[in-house]
Amino acid sequence: MREFLLCAAGFVLAMVALGLVRILRGPHNADRMMAAQLLGTGGIAVLLLAAGSGLPAAVDVALTLALLAAFASVAFVKSGKSSGSGE
Amino acid sequence: MSVEVMFSAGVALLVLGVAAYTVAARESFSTIVAFVVYGLLLSLAWMGLHAPDVALTEAALGGGVTGALLLGACARLRGEKPSTAELGLIGRGLALLLCLGVTTGLIAVVFLLPEPAPTLAPEAVQALASTGLGNPVTAVLMAYRALDTMLEKVVLLLALVAVWSLAPDRFWGGRPAFGYPVETGGPLSFLARVLIPVGVLAGIYLFWVGADAPGGAFAGGAVISATGILGFFAGLFWVPAVGGFRLRLSLVAGIAVFLLVGLGGFLWASHFLAYPEHYAKPVIVVIEIAMTFSVGVTLAMLVVGPPGKALEP
Amino acid sequence: MTLALNVFTVVCVVAGAIFFLAGTVGLLRFPDTLTRLHALTKADNLGLGLIMLGLLPHVDGPFGALKLVAVWVLVLVASASASQLIARSVRKDQ
Repeated sequence: MREFLLCAAGFVLAMVALGLVRILRGPHNADRMMAAQLLGTGGIAVLLLAAGSGLPAAVDVALTLALLAAFASVAFVKSGKSSGSGE
Repeated sequence: MSVEVMFSAGVALLVLGVAAYTVAARESFSTIVAFVVYGLLLSLAWMGLHAPDVALTEAALGGGVTGALLLGACARLRGEKPSTAELGLIGRGLALLLCLGVTTGLIAVVFLLPEPAPTLAPEAVQALASTGLGNPVTAVLMAYRALDTMLEKVVLLLALVAVWSLAPDRFWGGRPAFGYPVETGGPLSFLARVLIPVGVLAGIYLFWVGADAPGGAFAGGAVISATGILGFFAGLFWVPAVGGFRLRLSLVAGIAVFLLVGLGGFLWASHFLAYPEHYAKPVIVVIEIAMTFSVGVTLAMLVVGPPGKALEP
Repeated sequence: MTLALNVFTVVCVVAGAIFFLAGTVGLLRFPDTLTRLHALTKADNLGLGLIMLGLLPHVDGPFGALKLVAVWVLVLVASASASQLIARSVRKDQ
């Protein structure tokens, strides 16, 4: 069970990596603002799977990550001009 | 290779990739987004190293607060032309060599440690009973090395004063230039109204649980500061003027309580910052309450920046 | 009983992983910022919910389960609002 959960965590991490490649490349700033969302859901999935496989403190880290991903999204939206690819 | 090793290797590679993008990106916004992603991924890496306390603080600070700080700086610099002095090819080559040298040195040190690595962890855990705490990290921060923790808070306050000193003279004591118009009824207003109570509760929970499980005053304070900055973003409350008496009182409250307890150490024990015999844990909790509050306010005011005239949002 | 719970966990986690895969494929293949945002928000959140469901048998005590559900609800509310905000900022520039 523990190996299975860790494998699932690795798979979700690979999905996050692929998503990051696309997001960080995206031509508009709005694409990059989605990075906080991606990390917010994907990172929390990885942490919850790690919690299930033996690190119960990971749920608290997941809670913190959820709050901060939301905060980061708002900060990005408020500070980035949406379609600028230059300053 | 076990699954755990492969997972850790995956996280390490991803962190390196994002770090490379952060250095190579052309615009500041992309760099800052990548840096925030890097901070959040690092907290995953810390979890892989079985260090939940560090992971909590990394997520809260490296992910949220530092990102907001950099975004504020980026917004302030938006109208300026970049300086023409750029690091030439030789300069970049030297910087790269220096970074590679430091990294290789650190890796070598970690791998060449004698087996078993020298550590004070067993003694730290053994002495836990006398402090009444269950989390050795909190015991190190608040009991064994309390003086270091107090001085770190003083350094944080000095950093805030340094940020304030960047204001032009005529704005000293005024309101920071960080105002956003209120959009009532919009999704941001809704999000802020929902997240602020949850965030404050989560911060208090993290500080409280830190006595026996990963957490602590600093992580709790960082979460509370992120929640406060969210309120500023949504225009739900005004940023207080820097010279206000209540603001300054909340900033020094943590250090003041720490100092008072420290001086009380002369009364009930024999030296500075000695805790009374059976009341160590309540005293530590009182200090931590004041510290969580102060750290939250300090970090929020750090992100908000020096006083000045209002920026165009 | 343990076998049934393990099977439940495996089924839910695999379903969640499939939704994550769908979300990422959408993120990679959709042509427009708004459609990519849609794929990311909807599919990834559903995947997270399924994974959370699958992990409920493995946490200790009702308080742990409540914490898991609370994390998911928080992520839902935050993602919904954040995706609205990003979409608005894209709209403002079009």
